[in-house]
Amino acid sequence: MSGPLLLAVDGITVDFDGFKALDTFSMTLDKGETRVVIGPNGAGKSTLCDAIIGRVRPAAGRVLFRGEDLTGLSEQAIVERGICRKFQAPGILAGITARENVALAARRDRSWWQAFGKGIPAEEQASVDAVLERVGLADRAEVKAGELAHGEKQWLEIGMVLATGAELVLLDEPTAGMGPAETSRTAELIRDLGDTRSVIVIDHDMSFVEQLAAPVTVMHQGRFLKQGSVEAVRADPEVISVYLGHSA
Amino acid sequence: MSDAVTSQVPAADGDRAWRRRAMALLPWLLLALGAAAPFYLSGYNLSLLGRFMAFGILAMGIVLIWGHGGILSLGQGVFFGIGAYAMAMHMKLAAAGDGQLPDFMMWSGREALPWWWEPFASPVFAILAVFLLPALLAALFSWLVFYRRVSGVYFALITQALALAFATLLISRQDVTGGFNGLTNFPSLFGLSLADQTVRDGLYWTTLALAALGYAGLRWLLATRFGNLLRAARDAENRIRFLGYNPVPFKVVAFAIAGMLAGVGGALFTMHAGNISPALVGVVPSIEMVIWAAVGGRYSLAGALVAAVALNILRDSVSSAFPELWLYLIGLVFILTVTLLPNGVAGLARRVSRR
Ligand SMILES: Nc1ncnc2c1ncn2[C@@H]1O[C@H](COP(=O)(O)OP(=O)(O)OP(=O)(O)O)[C@@H](O)[C@H]1O
Ligand SMILES: [Mg+2]
Repeated sequence: MSGPLLLAVDGITVDFDGFKALDTFSMTLDKGETRVVIGPNGAGKSTLCDAIIGRVRPAAGRVLFRGEDLTGLSEQAIVERGICRKFQAPGILAGITARENVALAARRDRSWWQAFGKGIPAEEQASVDAVLERVGLADRAEVKAGELAHGEKQWLEIGMVLATGAELVLLDEPTAGMGPAETSRTAELIRDLGDTRSVIVIDHDMSFVEQLAAPVTVMHQGRFLKQGSVEAVRADPEVISVYLGHSA
Repeated sequence: MSDAVTSQVPAADGDRAWRRRAMALLPWLLLALGAAAPFYLSGYNLSLLGRFMAFGILAMGIVLIWGHGGILSLGQGVFFGIGAYAMAMHMKLAAAGDGQLPDFMMWSGREALPWWWEPFASPVFAILAVFLLPALLAALFSWLVFYRRVSGVYFALITQALALAFATLLISRQDVTGGFNGLTNFPSLFGLSLADQTVRDGLYWTTLALAALGYAGLRWLLATRFGNLLRAARDAENRIRFLGYNPVPFKVVAFAIAGMLAGVGGALFTMHAGNISPALVGVVPSIEMVIWAAVGGRYSLAGALVAAVALNILRDSVSSAFPELWLYLIGLVFILTVTLLPNGVAGLARRVSRR
């Protein structure tokens, strides 16, 4: 199923004034692979996303994407390479419609002097429609994003991330605040992505993780803990003690 | 489906539609009223209205950067001053005549014109400078600050310091800036006598036309993708950064446009008022400028324009009777609008028209 190596996180350390949110963390991802990353609160999952997309600069280690070192590149340059991330708190533009949100993300030329127009250029219309269809918002496209239901906002942001055309998609807690039905739809959406994209999904909800049927990487206190199938990881005594230790 | 509904509009909806139509007509009504002002106002009052409209042009720039861009500048007086002094320098040189020094330079014992005064003898250069100098300076300044990812309160404080430094510099270089008294005494404008009422009417109409142009241009700009991205940079800077946009140039361009509008306002003010001085460009006036936009409504171009005019009419009548009262009064007005009408008078008007 999965192809050659796409992403290599190589011994990353992120240091917040002496506190190591990531501690020599490594993982790899193949082209077309979907990977789930789990770990207790504060394990460093969001910080891992931050380090990949250039929001924080690691104190040590490298992030290699298609063999190229991303550390030190600007955020825009990293998006241009083909990586985009969904934030934990939905980051949509509340004042414009769902379609306009997707259209902003879908623009290929993002320079300011290309922004003095209204509406969506005809050649981008089709891809915007396709994304809206894909995330199930086709009939909600003209609603102001701020007026969408919570789950719809999450889907909209996933749609925006997809619209950038990114090959590697990072989804930080995409089902936060969703009910079981919405969660299942989200799992289905992410499983469909597997054909064309590589995906890293971060989540807490084990029933959701099971539905994704993808390999799982477990983090703890900024370090790599375990990797394996959902069943294997669930049965692992070390993983169990880490989670129990935290929920106690 | 919608056809069936429109054929039997309930009375309340008809009323609302009517009110909305009235709101849409309001700008045209104001424009007509403004265009006819030379026929019903005295020369003195017309000049005041022109001055206040020049303030209104600046205030619309504050709506762009503060309302839509989330950039609070407490230093718009600087860009106002650059436009104002550029025009005043030209008029001063024109008044002195070919090869002569402006009067205040001779009084302070200068023998030669500073080199940077010389190009302002050309009217074309002066007009270009009014538009471009403040825009370029605003672009350069804001790029340096935004590039370092300084924003919010820190940005406001830096602009405030800029206003203080600018006014101090003007005062301290008496021999080349006219110092505390500024530049005054301009008998003519581009060869036309400013004592002539038809010239003054023309100046007024030019001001009105530039205000209308500024309003229309900004309305268009705010409705483009640029407007969307500017608001996105205000509300969700990280989101657009990680969609691959660089928010910095959007903010810089908006700040430059606001700087240009302030500069144009400054030049027009100087032509109407016949003087410009550091007292009009420093910290306190810069804060007052923000208050005009806050009272009118920081998201509303028309609100800011009208509020700048209305507040200055009020200021004129209050401070001729009680000069020391004005700052207390505007402070009170500011506190009342911020607490009771966060979207200003325009926000209130919109609420009423939508009810
Ligand atoms: N900017 C920062 N400054 C200081 N500490 C930070 C910063 N960002 C994150 N941290 C700390 O780093 C640790 C890892 O945070 P991170 O957000 O990556 O955890 P997480 O695994 O995503 O947790 P959650 O499941 O709660 O989202 C936490 O202890 C957090 O408090
Ligand atoms: Mg997190």
